[in-house]
Amino acid sequence: MIIGIDVGGTHTDAVLIDKGKVIKKTKVPTNHDRLLSSLLDATNEIADKTIIPRLERIVLSTTISTNAIVQNKIDRVGLLVASGPGLSPESINAYPDIRFLAGSINHRGREMEPLNHAEADRVVADFLSKGIKNIGIVGKFSTRNPQHEFELRKIVGDKACHVTLGHRMSGHLNFPRRIATTFLNEAICNLYQRFAGSVADFALKQGMNIPIYILKADGGAMELARSIEFPAQTILSGPAASVMGIMATTNSRVDAIALDIGGTTTDISIFADGVPLLEPFGVTIEGRKTLIRGLRTRSIGIGGDSVVALNEGNIQIGPNREGPAAALGGQFPTPTDAMIVLGLTRIGDPQKAIHSLMPIAESLHCDMQETARMIFTETCRRIASAAFQFLNEINNKPVYTIQALLTDRKIAPHSLYVVGGPAEQMAPEIERLLETEFDVCDCKTHIPVNYEIANAIGAALARTTAELTILADTERGILTIAEDGSQVSIPANFTLADTIQVCCERLREKIRHTDDFVREPEIEVIESQEFNIVDDFCTAGKNIRVKTQVKPGSIGECK
Amino acid sequence: MATKKLKKTGLIFFPAFDWAISPTHPEREERLLYTQDQVFEEGLLDFDNIYEYKPQIATAEDINRAHICVPDALSVVTESHLISAGGAITAAQKVLTGEVDNAFALVRPPGHHAMLVVHGARGFCNVNIEAIMIEYIRSHYGHKRIAVVDTDCHHGDGTQDIYWNDPDTLCISLHQDGRTLYPGTGFINDFGGPNALGTTINVPLPPETSDEGYLTVIDRLVLPILDEFKPDIVINSAGQDNHYSDPLTNMRVSAQGYATLNARLAPDIAVLEGGYSIERALPYTNAGIILAMAGLDYSHVREPDYNPDLLRQDASVTRTIAEEIDQVLRLWDCRRNMKKKLVGDARCMRRNKNIYYDTDGIREQQTETVRICDDCGGLVTIESFASTGNNIFAVILPSRCCPECRAEGEESYGRSKRGKYNHIYFQDRTAGIFLSK
Repeated sequence: MIIGIDVGGTHTDAVLIDKGKVIKKTKVPTNHDRLLSSLLDATNEIADKTIIPRLERIVLSTTISTNAIVQNKIDRVGLLVASGPGLSPESINAYPDIRFLAGSINHRGREMEPLNHAEADRVVADFLSKGIKNIGIVGKFSTRNPQHEFELRKIVGDKACHVTLGHRMSGHLNFPRRIATTFLNEAICNLYQRFAGSVADFALKQGMNIPIYILKADGGAMELARSIEFPAQTILSGPAASVMGIMATTNSRVDAIALDIGGTTTDISIFADGVPLLEPFGVTIEGRKTLIRGLRTRSIGIGGDSVVALNEGNIQIGPNREGPAAALGGQFPTPTDAMIVLGLTRIGDPQKAIHSLMPIAESLHCDMQETARMIFTETCRRIASAAFQFLNEINNKPVYTIQALLTDRKIAPHSLYVVGGPAEQMAPEIERLLETEFDVCDCKTHIPVNYEIANAIGAALARTTAELTILADTERGILTIAEDGSQVSIPANFTLADTIQVCCERLREKIRHTDDFVREPEIEVIESQEFNIVDDFCTAGKNIRVKTQVKPGSIGECK
Repeated sequence: MATKKLKKTGLIFFPAFDWAISPTHPEREERLLYTQDQVFEEGLLDFDNIYEYKPQIATAEDINRAHICVPDALSVVTESHLISAGGAITAAQKVLTGEVDNAFALVRPPGHHAMLVVHGARGFCNVNIEAIMIEYIRSHYGHKRIAVVDTDCHHGDGTQDIYWNDPDTLCISLHQDGRTLYPGTGFINDFGGPNALGTTINVPLPPETSDEGYLTVIDRLVLPILDEFKPDIVINSAGQDNHYSDPLTNMRVSAQGYATLNARLAPDIAVLEGGYSIERALPYTNAGIILAMAGLDYSHVREPDYNPDLLRQDASVTRTIAEEIDQVLRLWDCRRNMKKKLVGDARCMRRNKNIYYDTDGIREQQTETVRICDDCGGLVTIESFASTGNNIFAVILPSRCCPECRAEGEESYGRSKRGKYNHIYFQDRTAGIFLSK
């Protein structure tokens, strides 16, 4: 038996799953000041004393990290950055306590300029004197050679209460994002540690001696103990829970569009062969672009409760929400009111809905039914249009090889998964518009079962995910694992196949003890390239790049 | 450095990681590998004013607007050339539709040594990606006056050849003196065909010219000439082999020099050409150019081993460059009075060319005849005999072709017969028609 809990902004949902079936489900209001009490309430509803001994795992999806960042309730972070030549440090100015230090590493991982230890000492002392106890250390090209980050870590020693090294955050190359991710990881680590500690206490008190996992932004699960080092990975795990829920409850293997239509916003995600797409580099939060591996979702300001207004004779929907639909006592007309007038849904007071649409109908010189129809269609059109644009962007992603350009696989969605309040009413219209106005044909609507608790199901069945990046440089005779900075010597005849083998083995090791539910993780090679290194027109070695990942996915389906 | 006005910059990045001329050839798979590393690590694609686009694939029709390919367009190219040319076309589209302010096609293989007639590859180039782009612009966005400023270290002889007789395309090439470097051409007196005098400008620079020398030429010569020519579009053939670390050349330009040059020239479109110091130069020069085009601060872009004191140019180099600038400007000032003296009463003029295709080892003998005309660039006919055994005849009507040149050209193509030629071509740059028999 598995428990999945999604601590959302409004509700905390929990499910108990046994052999692919939802046995119990519940929804309790989220108490933001006392998240643990919400957890406790939800768990008590679905698991009594007879259930607890039979539990195999528990997975949580929490918005605690996201909320801390959105509300700016974060700790002060001192950033030590060895930036080397390139972008102006002034363009990386969104941090109150950032210091740029001497020292640079180049794209091959060679040291070009050593660190200045005296300078670093001074800066660390300055941070400590200001009471800054959380330190982030980032070097340019540190995923190619983390030597400077390690040296700076030594200089900080045990003077800080917590330190994050940039190269541990991701194997990707992107210096400004590495800084942002390191900063966020450090800014929420104290808060997150307290949260993780209380979750562990809570489990202990409940007598649960089972693995506890936290959902990451990429829809994968991470052990609670491990997550303490990487709290940033839990940022924006909310949309991931929803997408994984759709994946678990539909068990599809096709290209698809998924829509989660809420009151204020609609989240769009795209599946290729049933697997949700990831952001190419990482997610964006509060305008900060990061290297946090996350599902590729797009959020638009349109939902069932969006305010409907007229703008120069055109119907405008959203992006604001000013309370519920007029039929439910709100101030403004909404798409939900239009659906009530059209008889598509029976909630609230239809008279209030009609009344709220009256001014719009009069301005447009249309009757009530026609007006409601126009509002409803426009709402669906905006969602269909955004989904189509998103799909187009993904299908026009730049590629860097001739082979990829000529054989580029285009995503052609065959399923339209719609969840959220107005899902059943809107889905057929969105499907129709996708076909008639955007030429996306054969994209058939599916309303997943249990969609009101899809997030908790998604969390419950999330698989452990991880990725690993390796650069093997046979001229230098060094193999570097970007995510942990370890370097080993390799012979001059080391090949691409050898590198792939090492990369798969290391990744398997990395997750071996973290997921009892996946005996043989599905590891795939997502990048593999091999280049000659030529000096004076002779081949001097090879520069080999390999990236492997455990695909995001569910450990089972759920009916 | 104060940040200039931000610009919307389009980037078409196509490193063709699976294509090379040969495994140890300078034009090989990893040429843009470290550039990609630098661009990714600097996070350049994350700037809100930098947009990355996928290149399109150019078609035979696109090539036939700019070239006479023997036996035909698709026989002389591989997919890599079609994508490289397509990348340049995409860059132009994004600029001409106003989607971006300027664009940089960071593509390979290069193209500026490919001439009007193509029997094979020379100087690592098969087809001329700038010329294909220019003709695409004219066929899709109307006739434009276009200036190409070729800052590759090698003379842009292909681009010069294609536009030798075109008064509406100004080709300025800055390059290492042809007496010291391939292709051995591009001297000051090469000044354009009889109907297009002054629209070919060559500035051969002495070896060991540094940033200072290049920037002097831009300030004193290129910008004033552009001011007078008044182009609708400025294109930079942005070869990066003038870099002090380039293995094939002898210049002393740095990443700072490249970025500053780009900022001053402010091209609408830049297209990568050569540049073979793939590890020590290209990552920095390309990052500098991208930042400069986008109006971002490039003052911190420096090679790890950058030392301006070692790169300073000799006083004799400075003097030589100053003299050359004066010489070119004198020519430029009297460009309008040259034609009478040069042409006299002749109805047409001939050029005989021996062209060697170093990459494919082909020799070509060519005779180009241009009709003297005061109303357009003039009808061009070409006879070309190549060591491959291909003997061809081509009739080329210029853009904005006048009725007389048109009538004569159409008649000439109609009359021509396959006897001594195994291919006959008709290229109408005004109507966009390409025929062969």
